[in-house]
Amino acid sequence: MATHESAAHASHAHAAPQGFIRKWIFSLDHKVIGLQYYFLALTAVFVGMFLSLLMRIHLIWPTATLPFFGEIKPETYLSLLTMHGTIMVFFVLTTAPQGGFGNYFLPIQIGAPDMAFPVLNMLSFWTTFLGFIVLLAAFVVTGGAPLHGWTGYAPLSALQSAGPGEGLGADLWITSIAIFCIGALMGALNFITTTLDMRAKGMTMMRMPLTVWAWFVTAILGLLAFGVLLSAGILLLMDRNLGTSFFVPLVTVNGQLTGHKGGSPLLWQHLFWFFGHPEVYIAILPAMGMCSQLLSVFSRKPIFGYKAMVYAIMAIGFLGFMVWGHHMFMSGMSPYTAFAFSIMTMGIGVPSAIKTFNWLGTLMRGRIRFTSPMLFAIGFVSLFVTGGISGPFLAQPVLDIYLHETYFVIAHFHLIMGVASIFGIFAATYYWFPKMFGRMMNEPLAKLHFWLTFVGAYAIFMPMHYYGMSAGLRRYSQSTEVAFILRLLPIQRFITIAAFITIASQFIFVINLFWSMFKGAKASDNPWEATTLEWITATPPPHDNFGGRTPVVNNGPYEYSVPGTPRDFVMQTDPEIKPKH
Amino acid sequence: MEPEISRVGLLDYGTRLRRARLGLLVALIPVLMLFVSFTSAYVVRQGLPSLDPRTNNLIRDWIPVALPRLLLLNTFVLLVSSVSMELARRQIRARAVMETNSTGTGVSSSDPTRMPWLGMTLVLGFAFLFGQWTAWKQLAANGFYVSTTPSSSFIYLLTGAHAAHLLGGVVALLIASVAALLHRSLKTRSIVVDVTAWYWHFMALLWIYIFGLMKFVS
Repeated sequence: MATHESAAHASHAHAAPQGFIRKWIFSLDHKVIGLQYYFLALTAVFVGMFLSLLMRIHLIWPTATLPFFGEIKPETYLSLLTMHGTIMVFFVLTTAPQGGFGNYFLPIQIGAPDMAFPVLNMLSFWTTFLGFIVLLAAFVVTGGAPLHGWTGYAPLSALQSAGPGEGLGADLWITSIAIFCIGALMGALNFITTTLDMRAKGMTMMRMPLTVWAWFVTAILGLLAFGVLLSAGILLLMDRNLGTSFFVPLVTVNGQLTGHKGGSPLLWQHLFWFFGHPEVYIAILPAMGMCSQLLSVFSRKPIFGYKAMVYAIMAIGFLGFMVWGHHMFMSGMSPYTAFAFSIMTMGIGVPSAIKTFNWLGTLMRGRIRFTSPMLFAIGFVSLFVTGGISGPFLAQPVLDIYLHETYFVIAHFHLIMGVASIFGIFAATYYWFPKMFGRMMNEPLAKLHFWLTFVGAYAIFMPMHYYGMSAGLRRYSQSTEVAFILRLLPIQRFITIAAFITIASQFIFVINLFWSMFKGAKASDNPWEATTLEWITATPPPHDNFGGRTPVVNNGPYEYSVPGTPRDFVMQTDPEIKPKH
Repeated sequence: MEPEISRVGLLDYGTRLRRARLGLLVALIPVLMLFVSFTSAYVVRQGLPSLDPRTNNLIRDWIPVALPRLLLLNTFVLLVSSVSMELARRQIRARAVMETNSTGTGVSSSDPTRMPWLGMTLVLGFAFLFGQWTAWKQLAANGFYVSTTPSSSFIYLLTGAHAAHLLGGVVALLIASVAALLHRSLKTRSIVVDVTAWYWHFMALLWIYIFGLMKFVS
């Protein structure tokens, strides 16, 4: 029997490693891998923020010489913009909520000892890490980083001679994205298999926390979307290096024919956005799950309409694949096609509204505890509504043709995809920090961080709507040399100052994070009095999550303030409570 | 209140096999999406006219390529390899189950050379890959390079992407063979072989699809 056990251990239930390298670097433990993803994203977000700060300074002070980049030429500005977008979308918004928190908490919340394929999980992180290094390498090669934006539109992205960053820098950029796709696919494979096959006894699908639902559906989106991006990247690399013409039509650069002919830049846009739109939901769905979880915990009420929330997540995921054309209204697409994409896009408003009303319904008449994670969850709802409400404007082709190239779009997607997701990450950090590190974060600092970030985010992005409606054009590096744009300069100044203050206040978060890891007050096993499985185990959780045992689940994830129970919460592992109705 | 708990059961062969198969099924979806995406690019690109700079007229630059006859032989080799892969899967599975029933040790004591079907599949896999490489040479000899015409670009792309995926299967079979020498348990090896077998069949089907696409949609 002993050999049988060891065989099983070797294949799956690996023993706790002792050495530093196996424990913290090439770890197979989903919790360590989750933290690795988290700190990768934390590094990436500071690089991305730094780049955005350089852009903001350049916009209001075009002659300034900036650190690392010197004088900002128009093409340098485009490099900054490209790298800011790519780093933020892939290595922050996709990495932290899914790779970070999903990896750490999905197995625990379903009562599993680890992910289904631990080695694959480790490879998934190190692949992603490699992708990040390759991307950063684009800064230091000849010609610098690419100019083509995070969307990589051909033919600019497909021709080596198209600009200074379009040589080796662009090749590194595409390679980095391809590497990232492979890492993300390995992660998605693990998430889906683990959720389907490793739930504890009694953990039916409809007893899963909404966080797990969100990670699960996000993984499905990733599984369907990243393969398509990978294919587009391969075709683009071939166009660039093997002389094929998938995306490049007959085109001249500096008066010289390039040798390409017959390709379609629109083909790139279709393939890219077939990935790109689901990517938006890959960034936001985990934040929605975390928000649902936290609103219920800190309102001391069951989530309003659990089933509706599950179906809304699925509906958003499904519709997310039907609407990619709304990014291409400017491309000369047939008005009938545009109409279909427009209707589908506005259709997403329905499940989004269901979620929003359910969040409000959860808050209504709750006994709300205004802790820092709760503030960020409420902040998420606020930003989701504000950022979402401009969606139906942009979903109409007639309006989009005016607004598409302006800051209105920048304001829209930063609020809903960027800042809202980041608020989800902050909420999750403050909420799960005690479980991950065994200590509490400093609450007054956390609240200060919340208010500065919340007000700061609105101060940055609300004026961008007005700037956009006044025809302030995006991607322009010059805000002083065109008369009508010069008149809008005070708005840009205000935004830059707000960005400075908001970015500075993020250091409060970082200081709090690292200070609390070592000096924070000791956390109990269940400091928030929450019901899900991560709170029944030790803090921080042991190597196999539940100390050689596996929980048996008897209740749903949101049994708060149930009449007739001794406490105002019923753990998922508590004896089954009678149905309320 | 002490939560109700039960002891963690050690993973049995059936659970491990089921989980590995589920993982493979999930992994096949992005592979499928990759080729669906290539197909859509293929169909779209085929319908696009190109501007001729000399005459300033729109022309079709999609020149249909005569596929090397060798591809038929390669198809046959791949289909035979799929059959031998299936026989290898059944053989190692039966041994793994038999070993569980008789000794319960789960550690392989069988001679690694007694896996003829596995060896044959490996040989056929390499033969297919070599055949595809030779077909590329023939295409080039006929003047069709990657960038000659969009149809030849797609032929290189589709065959190359398929070969890269099949190479993954070959590597998995090599690992399963080497694992015997490293005294890994027969069960672990049988799981690797089982999953690779399903992957292999998928690759055979995918090849027939790709061959059909190149042959009939040109």
